Amino acid sequence: MREIHVSAITDAVKKLCIDANLDLEPDMLRAFDRALATERSPAGKQVLQILKDNAQMARTKLIPYCQDTGFAVCFVELGQDVRITGGPLADAINAGVGQGYTEGYLRASIARSPFDRVNTGDNTPAVIHMDVVPGATLKLMVMAKGGGCENRSKYKMLTPADGPEGVKDWILECIKTAGPDACPPLIAGVGVGGTFEKAAILSKRALFREIGSPNPDPALDAIEKEVLERANRLGIGPQGYGGDTTAFAIHILTYPCHITSLPVAVTIECHAHRHKEATL
Amino acid sequence: MITIGTDGSKDITTPLSDADVESLKAGDRVRITGVLYTARDAAHGRLMPLIERGEKLPIDVRGQIIYYTGPSPARPGEIVGSIGPTTASRMDKYTPALLKLGLKGTIGKGYRGQAVKDALKQHKGVYFGAIGGAGAVLSRFVKKLEIVAHADLGTEAIRRLEVENFPAIVVNDCHGNDLYQEGMKAYAR
Ligand code: SF4
Repeated sequence: MREIHVSAITDAVKKLCIDANLDLEPDMLRAFDRALATERSPAGKQVLQILKDNAQMARTKLIPYCQDTGFAVCFVELGQDVRITGGPLADAINAGVGQGYTEGYLRASIARSPFDRVNTGDNTPAVIHMDVVPGATLKLMVMAKGGGCENRSKYKMLTPADGPEGVKDWILECIKTAGPDACPPLIAGVGVGGTFEKAAILSKRALFREIGSPNPDPALDAIEKEVLERANRLGIGPQGYGGDTTAFAIHILTYPCHITSLPVAVTIECHAHRHKEATL
Repeated sequence: MITIGTDGSKDITTPLSDADVESLKAGDRVRITGVLYTARDAAHGRLMPLIERGEKLPIDVRGQIIYYTGPSPARPGEIVGSIGPTTASRMDKYTPALLKLGLKGTIGKGYRGQAVKDALKQHKGVYFGAIGGAGAVLSRFVKKLEIVAHADLGTEAIRRLEVENFPAIVVNDCHGNDLYQEGMKAYAR
């Protein structure tokens, strides 16, 4: 049994939260460059250039890339040969979020109750998805998930008869209705199969794949490419000002599903695609 | 006041008159200098009952522009943290009443509802888009910041910003034009 003390987890989460908000991953920067090369709209081009500058400024001046520094969504892969010492794992993660958001000058955006709307003051708690996996390491994947795009995420129970065509049309519909509200260029994380909640969780998890990388399943890869192509023909463009770059990527994850069901969840993610990982 | 810059952008100095608003067209790129008031969901929620009771608001909105944003905290020595726009449609419920009181402009991102578009026409108002998610870049245009009401709301408090050449684009003008619709039509394939 390998032991990991909670203080190491808190420190790691704190750093992941701060870094995610200041330092966009290189795959996103490459996505901006690819789009700049193909975008026809002058307004769209200008937006993309400003977003590149924004990423640079966030990194160098330590100003968060976006003022909505997000809900801290944390995927945890806990090796089954690891024993956490010093306290509960969830508390350690939340302590890391609280410290990261406070000490990193990140915005507190969480209301303690959906009804009384009182701000918790330090962006806690995180949304934590925990998996127990083989091995003796602890993997922490933190995403700072913006609210504007999250609000445009959608779910639909299709029928098996709707098939792949129905899934494609639904993803496209989600991108279209998200439009300028969700700060395009967008990324669609898609969870297909499982149950109601399984599809939704997969749709978030799918966002962690490298932007521009192929889906390892060739059939899914073909669907992703087709939907992306169609999304970029909608004309919405960067910020919705009109243009060819409405989406950067479609990422699909699937799970076996019931013979009666075809659940499809789409998490809409904006260009402020902020996530970091660490393995302890 | 509005003047046209050498690059074709329109330079706006607040406050705005009806004539200023009428001269703006969807798709116009603008640079705003002067005062912007920040307010988002919670602050609007506090202003509404005052308007309904006909009471005085903590800010005089006549001729002014409200920027829908909740900035991130400033680092020591900085004026403000990241300060980009939030989704405007969440304020749709409140906007017509503010336009009726003389508010001339709002800055946000995303679609406005038909009631807001109608109120823009009726009361001569304009809706600007700022680049959502460009909060670091946009922070550089803020020269002064002061909380003027509802400090208890934290990031959602009403702030008075002094800005110089703050970049935005006209999304909905007072003539019924809509950049989102026009842009999409022009580039849909
Ligand atoms: S949708 Fe994304 S980029 Fe836009 S304001 Fe929200 S977090 Fe920022």
